[in-house]
Amino acid sequence: MKDTKKRVPPPVEMGRGARGPGTRFRQGRLWVLLIGACLLLLPAAACGGASSESLTIYSGRSESLVGPVIEQFAAATGIDVEVKYGSTSQMVSTLKEEGNNTPADVFFAQDPGGIGSVEDMLQAVPEAILFKAPDWARDPDGRWVGISGRARVVVYNTENLDASDLPSDLWGFTDPKWKGRIGWPPTNASFQTMVTAMRSMWGEERTRQWLEGIIANEPNAYPKNTPTVAAAGAGEIDVGFVNHYYLYRFIAEEGEGFAARNHHLSAGGPGSLVMVAGAGVLSTSENRDNAERFLEFMLSPVAQQYFASQAFEYPLVEGVRVHQFLTPLSEVNRPNITMRELADLEGTQRLLRDTGILP
Amino acid sequence: MAGVSSRDAGTLEPASHAVTRGRRARPPAILWAPAALVGAAMALPLVYLIIRGLGGGAEFWELLFRVRTLEILLRSALLVGAVTAASLAIAAPLAWLTVRTDLPFRRTWAVLTSLPLVIPSYIGAFLAIAALGPRGMLQQGLEGIFGVERLPEIYGFPGAMIVLTLLSYPYVLLPCRAALSRMDPSLEEASKSLGYGAWHTFRRITLPLMRPAMGSGALLVALYTLSDFGAVSLMRYETFTWAIYLQYESAFDRTLAAGLSLALVVFAVGILLMEYATRGRGGYHRSSSGSARPPAPLRLGRWKWPALGFCGAVVALAMALPMAILAYWVARGVLAGESVPNLWSATANSLYVSLAAAAAALLAALPVAILAARFPGKTASLLERASHIGFALPGIAVALALVFFGSQFATGLYQTVALLIFAYVVLFLPAGVGVLRASLLQISPRLEEAARSLGRGALGAMGTITLPLLSPGLLAGGALVFLLTMKELPATLILGPIGFKSLATSIWSTSSEAFFAQAASHALTLILVSSAPMAFIMMRERRLEG
Repeated sequence: MKDTKKRVPPPVEMGRGARGPGTRFRQGRLWVLLIGACLLLLPAAACGGASSESLTIYSGRSESLVGPVIEQFAAATGIDVEVKYGSTSQMVSTLKEEGNNTPADVFFAQDPGGIGSVEDMLQAVPEAILFKAPDWARDPDGRWVGISGRARVVVYNTENLDASDLPSDLWGFTDPKWKGRIGWPPTNASFQTMVTAMRSMWGEERTRQWLEGIIANEPNAYPKNTPTVAAAGAGEIDVGFVNHYYLYRFIAEEGEGFAARNHHLSAGGPGSLVMVAGAGVLSTSENRDNAERFLEFMLSPVAQQYFASQAFEYPLVEGVRVHQFLTPLSEVNRPNITMRELADLEGTQRLLRDTGILP
Repeated sequence: MAGVSSRDAGTLEPASHAVTRGRRARPPAILWAPAALVGAAMALPLVYLIIRGLGGGAEFWELLFRVRTLEILLRSALLVGAVTAASLAIAAPLAWLTVRTDLPFRRTWAVLTSLPLVIPSYIGAFLAIAALGPRGMLQQGLEGIFGVERLPEIYGFPGAMIVLTLLSYPYVLLPCRAALSRMDPSLEEASKSLGYGAWHTFRRITLPLMRPAMGSGALLVALYTLSDFGAVSLMRYETFTWAIYLQYESAFDRTLAAGLSLALVVFAVGILLMEYATRGRGGYHRSSSGSARPPAPLRLGRWKWPALGFCGAVVALAMALPMAILAYWVARGVLAGESVPNLWSATANSLYVSLAAAAAALLAALPVAILAARFPGKTASLLERASHIGFALPGIAVALALVFFGSQFATGLYQTVALLIFAYVVLFLPAGVGVLRASLLQISPRLEEAARSLGRGALGAMGTITLPLLSPGLLAGGALVFLLTMKELPATLILGPIGFKSLATSIWSTSSEAFFAQAASHALTLILVSSAPMAFIMMRERRLEG
């Protein structure tokens, strides 16, 4: 009994009653499916390899913004460019985990805080490229360079407010008349850089007073700039503290009727800060020449014109015209503050935690 | 007499043949070896988090053990409880209506009601605010007619709960449908023959029999809610995962993020233990000879209309409304001169990795689920629990764990599709394990024993008997993993090969820069493309029913 070698017919009748033949058919198909799935996995393991004329970019700026200009670079130079897109913070964390094993040659970050936090992984940018950007728009130690500028503004709802109703500096918004009308994105990197500027210019105590003054007005906290601008356009809030260029995307989508506009604070101060998106070359890069050509191209008139006209950002080199929608940089009352002073993100986070704005 | 039973219904059939024989049978190596391998893979994120967390100094511990941490934990617990309860309340009746009744167009309803799973939570929440926000589309409409200037706040707990429930009830729906379609109707018939009505029969017989499926689905909802960031951040409800993301997003602090993630794991283990405690010791399969027939569909009669209304309301809120707004954004953008991009390669990539991830997750889940269902014991249960850890963690933590290991120890695989699919398996394995285990419990081990007594080996019996009977479970589990992978974002961005684009990453790229027309066209494509495999599964189900 034990060593019966006889093939036993599959006991299909024990399955689902009357559907014997079907069971057998299904079972065959199931195996085909499983084996097919394994085959699907095979080619996945066998790819990779880089040509000599290649460049790998980690971009914390989204493809919809910088994809076209990177393609222009690839077409102009014939370099085989590969880009990994993600949020700046994701790319920062990835770079830190990869350490010396990173395949990246260039890191292109959305904000100075992001690129600053991996600065010890970067190598010096040659002065010929570095000095194309103004001194306020580059790393004081020369490890990364600003590519385009973004201004802090107050976005306001045009149905409920006139530009003339708005105060000339950030302190105006601590007035109780703004209660329930303010929106801000306190977790956003640009917002936090503005708070760092406040701490540097006003000191710790005054900055805390301002934050507490705004908290007393019960601001709506949004996760990032886009929903803040959307809320201002819908009239959910009357004013919001954001970066300038998101508004123009909304106008492009919804037309001139989008009920919000930007306001530059005329008295200057941290509320009129202009920040940069910057890029640097990884010190482990084996394609250093190509990486430097990339930075150079990004600071060329062609690329700068792209950032100005397609991304509604501020160009950083002379002789490139800003978009007609934008207030020219020369008319923005930009505070005179260096990148070094904007570096203390940790202190800002501590203050935001102490005031209960961050958990 | 069928001896299918639960605690409520008298005759107890022990859950496994291992116990039946009065001694603990040892699982064969062909089962435990791959299961142990899967368990080791699942432990990778945990190992990584411990390595990262150990690097923390004094401030780290101070920040970790604060009243605020506990407060946020309680908020998370509240949301998890509410979303899970609401999902069960929506999904269990939906599953029953679309499997066991003569509801008109029930397969169409089944496809439509399972699709909200593919809507990324960030998009879902953004759409909910656009529609139902204080100054959203509903308010605009009401202002025209009734002069309503502002709707009550959707932000906070209600918004987060509504959005997450509408996006995650399918986690319960799919396992329940699989369970119902394999359920032996003889007990229900016995109940009816004894004079009990439809409601009583449902409550005392059908519902207890659905318990493993409901449990596994509820577990997925709970853990998904725990790990969600997109919806809670837009709805401004501060949860634990929100706090973890803040560390990654704005503080660039991987140490504190790891510490918080470990605390989240402890919390998730608590949820797992709770689910474990609700599991009955009863069996869920037919214990006597004879075979189950497909049940006769229950006639709804005049209840047809409320049932249709219920399905319609769920579909309207969870599918029709989001799709209408997306379509409106596309139309508005195109009219304003926006270009709608070519989506072929992103679509093909999404389909490819999602199908491969579904297959790989099923392969990995099978040994774990068989161990858990057929050889219950400490090891099997630990393994099954461990498989859920990845699902409870924020996707970015799991992705970074694999960056850490991949870039150091598997450079050949790093940033290839293979490692990406491995990441999906680590993240979504529990979706496969839960459904498969629930389905296995419905299959009598007697059938395998019979095959083995007739000369089949362990594998042969599994292949010829169990796998075919398991096919509804395999399909439901595969569908869950497929849909989850279609929308997965952080791991796809971080671990995808350089230059890899999927529909989910395109939606993220465009929506984060407010390219609404493009984001909406990607999201619509994602929903439509995902519906094709779902429809295929439903068609297959129809053939099985004959």
